[in-house]
Amino acid sequence: MKGRVLLISVCKEKLHELEFVKPIEDILKKEGANYFIRDYKEIKKEDLEKSSKIIICGTSLADNKFTENLDKFSWIKSFNKPLFGICAGMQIIGLIYGGNLKEKTEIGFYNEKLTKGFFGFNGVVNVYHLHNKYVCFSKLKDFKIFNQGEISQAVKHKDKEIYGTLFHPEVRNKGIIEGFIHL
Amino acid sequence: MKLGVLFSGGKDSTFAAWTAKKYGHEISCLISIISKKEDSYMFHTPSISKVKFQSKVMNTSLIMKETLGEKEIELEDLKKAIKKAKNEYGIGGIVTGAVESVYQASRVQKICNELKLECFNPLWQKDQFELLEDLIKNNFKVIIVGVFAYPLGKDFLGRKIDKKFVLEIKELNNKLGINPAGEGGEFETYVLNCPLFIRELKIKGFKDFGERNSWRRELEII
Repeated sequence: MKGRVLLISVCKEKLHELEFVKPIEDILKKEGANYFIRDYKEIKKEDLEKSSKIIICGTSLADNKFTENLDKFSWIKSFNKPLFGICAGMQIIGLIYGGNLKEKTEIGFYNEKLTKGFFGFNGVVNVYHLHNKYVCFSKLKDFKIFNQGEISQAVKHKDKEIYGTLFHPEVRNKGIIEGFIHL
Repeated sequence: MKLGVLFSGGKDSTFAAWTAKKYGHEISCLISIISKKEDSYMFHTPSISKVKFQSKVMNTSLIMKETLGEKEIELEDLKKAIKKAKNEYGIGGIVTGAVESVYQASRVQKICNELKLECFNPLWQKDQFELLEDLIKNNFKVIIVGVFAYPLGKDFLGRKIDKKFVLEIKELNNKLGINPAGEGGEFETYVLNCPLFIRELKIKGFKDFGERNSWRRELEII
């Protein structure tokens, strides 16, 4: 595959990167992808230019520090290459596109009903949740939602290659991340 | 940050504690749950009572809590122990050695979330062979104290996790799907030495209990 994937950490605590960034890094390694990692506060224009795709990783339940620094993600709206947000990463994409954070705690395995067209996943899928908040994408006109139910779990921008999952695909649905990096 | 470690005395929780310290955190206390049920869903059981020897050589306080081992009661007991750690040691978070088990990890996450504590799982989703290699590379002296799956038998008790063990377990993984890190409960371990200990623990004696492919070793430690 061509280009370099930029993995963005939003973890306040470095120790959490072993839990929320390294598992994604391991998938990229296994797939033979070229990648580099940056903390969201240290992203430079050159990083965005040299990346062919970007994944914004999740963080811990207690870590919402990134919501105080949303200005560090202002590049998202003008970014025209593939972008994937996982959990906190999906919340960030939603917030940048004008959504609001809502409260909902979901921890552990859940069955979500995905609709056709999301990296080959279709029907009831067992997913791992770890979140206290979410963004309601049904209010964002630019996005299509790929699940049934009240809470947006899997979304894609209607015109751009911008994706998000509220669940953590790195835990039991690695195929979603593999599908994204092979776009 | 001051952290409490959910500590079983086995390789995963000890390696997780060491990792947390390496990242600049303070290990304020160890928290061990002694389940009276031998096949607890949540807690490692063989040689668990020997954690007090490890806490001594780590110069770290130990909170021990007994539980009957019934599914939801053991979670209540775990919550009480974590609450005690928060109140007595002022911890800001918990460290676990969870690797693959969503059952264990999500229950600890829920408790931490309720108690407004951070939850760190530094081994989460880590490749099992990478974990074994890391233990060897970082001078962890780990032995097998329980086996619970075919074809593992009594002869595995007391085996050290070294390069020879890794080769053998790789073969068992290929042939029979034995999880290389024992994450499926195939085997349990006890740490005799690691970079967190001020000295190595010695085995004075032991007693083995079991039959066929289910054995556990009770250690006498000095």
